[in-house]
Amino acid sequence: MKTELRPEHFGPPSLLGSLLRRLHIDIPLFLALLLAALLSLVILYSAGSQETDILIRQSARMGLAFGLMAVLAHVNPNQFKRYSAILFGMGIFLLVAVLIMGQIGKGAQRWLDLGFFRFQPSEMIKITTPMMMAWFVADQPLPPKLGQLLIASLLILLPTLLIAVQPDLGTAILVASSGAGVLFFAGLSWRIMLSIIVILAALTPILWHFMRGYQRDRVLTFLNPEADPLGRGYHIIQSKIAIGSGGIYGKGWLNSTQSELDFLPESSTDFIFAVFAEEFGLIGCVGLLVLYLLIIARCLYIASQAQDTYSRLLASSLGFTFFVYVFVNIGMVVGVLPVVGVPLPLISYGGTSIVTLLAGFGILMSIHTHKKRL
Amino acid sequence: MSPIYSVRDNTLEKRLFLERIIAAFLVIILLTIALTVRLVYLQIVGHEHYASMAKSNSVKIVPLTPTRGLIYDTKGRVLAENTASYSLELIPEQIENLDDTLAKLQVLLAIPNEKIEQFQKTRKRQKRFVSSSLLLNMNDEELAKFAVVRPYFPGVDIHTQMVRNYPYAELTAHVIGYVGRINEAEMKILPMSEYRGSTHIGKLGIESSYETVLHGKTGYAEIETNVQARSLNTLNEVNPEPGANLYLALDIELQKIAYDALENFNGAVVAIDIKTGGVLTFVSRPGFDPNPFVVGISNEAYQALQSSDNQPLYNRALRGLYPPGSTFKPFVALAGLENEVINGQQKLFCPGYYQLPGVPHKYRDWRKGGHGSVNLHEAITQSCDVYFYRLAGSLGIDNIYNFVKKFGFGEKTGIDLDGEKLGLLPSRDWKAKQKNRAWYPGETLITGIGQGYLQVTPLQLATATATLANHGNVVTPFLVEKIVAAHETKPGPEVHKGVIPLKADNINQIINAMVGVIHSEHGTAKSIGHAIPYQIAGKTGTAQVFNIKQNAKYNEHDIDFKLRDHALFISFAPAADPMIAVAVIAENGGHGGSVAAPIAAKVIKHYLKDFHFEQP
Repeated sequence: MKTELRPEHFGPPSLLGSLLRRLHIDIPLFLALLLAALLSLVILYSAGSQETDILIRQSARMGLAFGLMAVLAHVNPNQFKRYSAILFGMGIFLLVAVLIMGQIGKGAQRWLDLGFFRFQPSEMIKITTPMMMAWFVADQPLPPKLGQLLIASLLILLPTLLIAVQPDLGTAILVASSGAGVLFFAGLSWRIMLSIIVILAALTPILWHFMRGYQRDRVLTFLNPEADPLGRGYHIIQSKIAIGSGGIYGKGWLNSTQSELDFLPESSTDFIFAVFAEEFGLIGCVGLLVLYLLIIARCLYIASQAQDTYSRLLASSLGFTFFVYVFVNIGMVVGVLPVVGVPLPLISYGGTSIVTLLAGFGILMSIHTHKKRL
Repeated sequence: MSPIYSVRDNTLEKRLFLERIIAAFLVIILLTIALTVRLVYLQIVGHEHYASMAKSNSVKIVPLTPTRGLIYDTKGRVLAENTASYSLELIPEQIENLDDTLAKLQVLLAIPNEKIEQFQKTRKRQKRFVSSSLLLNMNDEELAKFAVVRPYFPGVDIHTQMVRNYPYAELTAHVIGYVGRINEAEMKILPMSEYRGSTHIGKLGIESSYETVLHGKTGYAEIETNVQARSLNTLNEVNPEPGANLYLALDIELQKIAYDALENFNGAVVAIDIKTGGVLTFVSRPGFDPNPFVVGISNEAYQALQSSDNQPLYNRALRGLYPPGSTFKPFVALAGLENEVINGQQKLFCPGYYQLPGVPHKYRDWRKGGHGSVNLHEAITQSCDVYFYRLAGSLGIDNIYNFVKKFGFGEKTGIDLDGEKLGLLPSRDWKAKQKNRAWYPGETLITGIGQGYLQVTPLQLATATATLANHGNVVTPFLVEKIVAAHETKPGPEVHKGVIPLKADNINQIINAMVGVIHSEHGTAKSIGHAIPYQIAGKTGTAQVFNIKQNAKYNEHDIDFKLRDHALFISFAPAADPMIAVAVIAENGGHGGSVAAPIAAKVIKHYLKDFHFEQP
């Protein structure tokens, strides 16, 4: 029987510390997230032309997101497990509903208007897909067998395609990787993984066929941004100039010229990393990457300490997806990946992504703080 | 896998899982390092390069918006133009005391408080050296007043921008359409490089269907700017290519005559040049003034248009669906001749009603008491319903459908406007699919007189008439005659040219009968045939808005205006060598002969007045 080292073993228990523990909040993870949130407000102030309006709005969303995190941290992980399939089914139903309504409204539709607020089912499915997968895979001894694998692939493909046709390629990638992450952590054999990668590579031309015009444009522009300096290539070129001109130490807070000049499109949302890189330089960027790594490491640590298969798989997949989030966004901004609409997690302006992210971290905290004493 | 392992082995699972956690973390570290390497490459290796690009500075790429192409009528009169609009612009940085300046300007130009507040709002969102507009669309008086005092207001200036203007307003609204501000949904699908800098896009009509041609090609200037984004000088310029000018087949004078001829009736007049397919008039009344849509129509004004009983936003010529009524009879008659179901001389007796064997329902003729004994010629000139009930009955719905379809009923005409309605030419198949019912013989009879399920648009009716007048050589209507770009002139849309095989004798009999409608003693439109040096061929029609009960009497004075029958008329002239085809629908006009025919006659007479004809 092992005794786990808990934060209280490292010093005198503070009032705040004990309060957070009672609230089922994981302190290291919470502190790292808080730091990221503060960083977000600092950089948004600069990227958003020093307007306080957007800071207030973003703070309100963060408040809501942290609140949801605290609520979910309180829920016993067994409850998540029990409702996994139902929540997933609901998510799929809402995706279909959105799709049908979009068809009626002619054009891209990602929202479900509930009157008092607009709900984006694709956000919910980012969490319910790994829940569903973990629940499904944990049911049988690991590693998953071929039959299970086939069903699992369908379960991943269904929400992914529903989102990809919205069309929202970025979210589709995140959902697919959250599902695939579960399979990976469940011990899917390397050989099968390799074959899947080969098959996917072979399917690329078919995928190309189904892509919308603007999605194809983005891929083409990624391959050769200079060809279209006024159009799609503009984002990537301007973003590279912003990052490159930042140098090692950066130009300093509020001194970003590229975003100031409105050269940088979407400087508060998807391209905020470019503003950050310009103002804080390489040192700031590495710092931010380290912060992200700490968060991911904590997630994986929580996963490794989890007591049952479901919790392990869910926790590790959520941590892994968080990394995919970071990698896809930064990769796009620095020009090594095509432009797909994925925000920089915890930092970008916008409400839906931070709420989902913190909901995920709430689940992780719940897993970590609801252990049975062995 | 051996059965031993099918029992859950927690230690094994946990070890496998830990292996995976470690593998995943390694991959994550590696990919993070890859990102870091890229950052090092951009921020250290490429730093100088990018820093000079960002600083020296910033060659800003500014789009140069092309001038939108103009739209002319066939005689070169401008239907859509770009006119200068003047705005009063302030650059806060160059103004010593902004509040004082604003106060003075407010007194001078009588600017309402809201506009000052609006200005303050936009100003605060922008940099101090960027100009913000205080007054838009200044009139001559305001311009003159400001011009006098201009030297005393440094940093205040008048800017000119081009705004789309439609000089004929409601007369062309349903043809030309209008441009409006690019909205968010359009932004997403538009080619970004082409529309960077453009604020407006064609929303309706020709403006929309020829958007790519009218818009032109965006150019750009590479402008050197300093760190504060102040423009220093222009390094390189790629000039925009202006949009092409469009010349329509439409004659605006004829359009006005047709529009005015409808007087207070809602309705549509479409006239087509039979030789080419060019649309000479395309009237939907009431129209609306498209100019407010260009600058952004106020919500109240838009609501007023939307909720108006006369539906001015509704393009009746293109999208209005009406039963063709008796104007459909020439086509049915031709079907009868071509299918050899009748011959022209054969006489049928019309007692004023017709009954199918064994059915009590009386299909009534519009003339109580009937037309007596009539042949085909008389049946058309007097518009005898009973003759056509019997003809339709002998033809059967399949023959009617198959023949009449060739004239374009139930199909889009292919005109170069978006949003055209299909209309409806009913068939057995259609009814089985749509209503899940069998076709009844009675429905064939009422189809024979252009009622029942049948629905046509005024454009379809004009097109079918043109094809009939053209002896079966299919006419495809188009609006744009030529597209004149900077370097080349192109013709308008390519038109489909089919031929409906018809026996010369048959089509001549129909045309003669249609001439009789206007030029014979009993013709239903004989009032329009006087004092012209050529013959007009035509057919009147009345379309029921609602059904009269059996045995009830239709009395137009007793019923609400809105429930009165629609008056229709199709025509072409000169009958001997047809040049123009006209279809008229006057909603609630009552009679085709007395209301719709004179409208068509005005259009025909005006169009043909410049040609010289020998008295027949």
